[in-house]
Amino acid sequence: MTPSPPVEATTRIQLTVNGRRREVAVAPRRTLLQLVREELHLTGTKEGCGVGTCGACTVLVDGGAVLSCLVLAVQAAGRTVETIEALGGDAADPLLAAFIRHDAFQCGFCTPGQIMTLRGLFRRTPRPSLGEIRRAVEGNVCRCGAHLRIQAAALDVAAQGGAPGTPRR
Amino acid sequence: MPRIIRQKVEFEGRIEEREVVIEGDDLPVWPADERFTVVGTPVPRVDGLERVGGRARYTTDEFPTGMLWGAILRSPHAHARIARIDTGNAERASGVHAVLSSVNAPKIRWHSGASWLFDPELRYVGDEVAAVVAEDAEAARDALDLIEVEYEVLPHVVDAEEAIRPGAVLVQPAGNILGGDWERYARGDVDRGIREAEVTVELTARTPDQLHHSMETHGSVADWSGDRLVVWDSTQHIFGVRRQVAAAVGLPMDRVRVLSPFMGGGFGSKNGAGKYTVIAALASRETRRPVRIVFTRIEESQAAGKRPRSVQRIRLGARRDGRLTAIDYWGLSNVGAYRAVPSPLSGPPKELYACPNVRTETASVFTHTGPAAAFRAPGYVEATVALECAVEALADRLGMDPLEVRLRNHAEEDQVLGRPYSSKHLREAYQLGARSIGWTKRTPTPAQPVGDGRKRRGMGMASQLWGGSGSAPAYAEVRVNPDGTAEVRIGTQDIGTGAKTALTQIAAEVLSLPVDRITLTLGDTDFPYSPLSAGSQTIASCGPAVRMAAEEARRHLLEAAASALEAAPTDVRLASGSLHVAGVPDRKISVAELTGRMGNFTISGRGFRGANPDDVTIRTWGAQFAEVEVDTETGEVAVLKISACHDVGRVINPLQYTSQIHGGVIQGLGLALSEDHVTDPETGNVLDLGFDAYAVPRQSMVPEIDALAVNIPDPVANNLGVKGVGEPPMIPTPAAVANAVANAIGVRITDLPITPMKVLRALGRVE
Repeated sequence: MTPSPPVEATTRIQLTVNGRRREVAVAPRRTLLQLVREELHLTGTKEGCGVGTCGACTVLVDGGAVLSCLVLAVQAAGRTVETIEALGGDAADPLLAAFIRHDAFQCGFCTPGQIMTLRGLFRRTPRPSLGEIRRAVEGNVCRCGAHLRIQAAALDVAAQGGAPGTPRR
Repeated sequence: MPRIIRQKVEFEGRIEEREVVIEGDDLPVWPADERFTVVGTPVPRVDGLERVGGRARYTTDEFPTGMLWGAILRSPHAHARIARIDTGNAERASGVHAVLSSVNAPKIRWHSGASWLFDPELRYVGDEVAAVVAEDAEAARDALDLIEVEYEVLPHVVDAEEAIRPGAVLVQPAGNILGGDWERYARGDVDRGIREAEVTVELTARTPDQLHHSMETHGSVADWSGDRLVVWDSTQHIFGVRRQVAAAVGLPMDRVRVLSPFMGGGFGSKNGAGKYTVIAALASRETRRPVRIVFTRIEESQAAGKRPRSVQRIRLGARRDGRLTAIDYWGLSNVGAYRAVPSPLSGPPKELYACPNVRTETASVFTHTGPAAAFRAPGYVEATVALECAVEALADRLGMDPLEVRLRNHAEEDQVLGRPYSSKHLREAYQLGARSIGWTKRTPTPAQPVGDGRKRRGMGMASQLWGGSGSAPAYAEVRVNPDGTAEVRIGTQDIGTGAKTALTQIAAEVLSLPVDRITLTLGDTDFPYSPLSAGSQTIASCGPAVRMAAEEARRHLLEAAASALEAAPTDVRLASGSLHVAGVPDRKISVAELTGRMGNFTISGRGFRGANPDDVTIRTWGAQFAEVEVDTETGEVAVLKISACHDVGRVINPLQYTSQIHGGVIQGLGLALSEDHVTDPETGNVLDLGFDAYAVPRQSMVPEIDALAVNIPDPVANNLGVKGVGEPPMIPTPAAVANAVANAIGVRITDLPITPMKVLRALGRVE
């Protein structure tokens, strides 16, 4: 038995996470998802499958929604990453407020991914149609069955003119 | 005075007797016409911001300092014996702290005695062979490849009908039928009932293996420190996990604390501890470090439970007026390699309709496939497909409205136990659901084509019967803080249903406090005992205890206020956080002032769940109506609308009631149309590993859902008049959709899921 961790070359990268500059050392095979959850302790981002089939790990990279389990941490060097924590857990955030008002979640495990996907959508398209909303979150699996409530919450935000586009500082 | 009573408890379709402690007298049931300010209102979730904002910590979010990562080596064979295992290279690998296997792990019985924690005989692809605990996830996974195993491959059987043939390979030494024999039930004389029938219909129904696929995979984080063990567990039953883990590792129960403050879905698959829980605990003891074992999505597909595949045959006999003369039912449930309780397939055929002659013959069969687990109304979902498709086939044969046939066979009492129902408002559910879907527009089978005839529309329906009464034991505590806020503690868990919110509403109602002045904490075995969150029982079991605890705290507040206000306690009124003397509004004291005066936590209350009445049967009821459009060129079924109406007693929170209906309906749509967990018969390999080959419903599949509630309190079920809503909404959905498809195309498909290929075959468009 060896008490020390396996030796693996790491790369130092700089990136901006939720408005804050970070410098971290990452092993080549670590994903952005692992970096966010395990190194930066931003556990709001969830792992649902680890292979890009469920959307639970969705974060924004340079403003676009990506599956963080399919991005290597080193690929995030120099980029701007936003996780669910960027919304500040603030009841005034339009998306968070709409999700609560419409009961657009049950267990809540897929919810940060749903919200980040929609945040990406609203950034591209401030007033998306129902079709655009459904297409955006088609890849986000919800097993509890909050689909219709998620649509309603997103439509509600769209009716208010969309979600704020910049990360909170 | 506390007393022990023996109580018959209905749970997930089975009746068992248990001893429970009842701490005194129960409260009278809330009257049906009681006016409430919080109960019955659509309060948003009290933990909503934590869940949507990413601050809620689930088991998988626990990373205690020094934590090690575990990974499990699983059997690549459907049936094999471990001839030799060498873990030396894995143990010596960089970063590895421990390897557990049948060589070195304690002999711990598992699967109710049918297996061991590490069993040298492996009975499905995915059965546990060994476990590695290492510095990080990668090191643990890498080390799995270094374990050398020589498997003696044995013959296997994956099909239930094959497994019950004479001479079939044995999955379990006592035989392949769970419990040793078929379960049989009979009333009246079915053969005579069939002879007396003027019409008979007969069909075979098949339902698929359905995976729960909770978004949070199964997992535990165990921290064994000194003589105490703390386990974070993604579970529906923290106290059950405590009992199982304590027994497995040989600790007294009070040294084990199980935590599950947030949980990412279970649907029946997380009703107890898993091998992973015990392995994490043992590894933590050995390494003196916290250990996490969390399933990958692939493990979730192989080894986390499933609704078992069924094959069922049903024959109905009826008079020309639609009245049933006989129900003859046969069902097999393929429960995989391990299962302790048989699937209660016989429930609906025995009880849903008035019928003097009923025979059921059912068996749960072991095969070399992944173990089954309870899944949202186990047995009842499957059996309702057979029964309700047969009833609609009967209606088509008679040229009658299927709803009318059901009304003519309405069961007025429990024909199995020969006693009344506490409440039954199925007729109201039929009426509300039929109005919502526009049932009067339904045309006889085959329904009229739409437009150019390529697409055909149809309507179908199905009824629902289920338990959901809840039961003792459950206990709760309330304390009033010096600032006038209150805390509720209860050892239940909120698995996503909104239990935390509904229980908070009950306390808020009694204490006349706004919901945001009450903090309810749960998911901790240091709190008062509560049962598992399954069987649609959480609110019906825990709610009455919370109400009683709050009532006791309220009584203490009134008595303390009476003393402070120099009045009789019966003259003191509590309203909006203030206590005053009746008729003298200015002789008052605020709750905060009163409790503040008395210091820390001197006002408290404790409550328990009273016993169930033993002279009635408590059931939930419901009906669902589906409208579908079938594309006869592609075979695709699009569900246009589901109208769902259920009788679950008093509704505490209509917002979350609707969410439960949506959830059940959508999982039912998956079973009806797309979900099928496939095992390769040649190898026993699972062919759908993860979400890419297993189609859980996505946005594009979800239709309009009209969630309706009868909302009439049950007069005797418990002191709140509630019944459970968790499972009922899934029960009728697959049958209602199958019936709508049959109405649309004029051919009845009862082999679920109804895929485009099956539709095209039914239409004779492909071979």
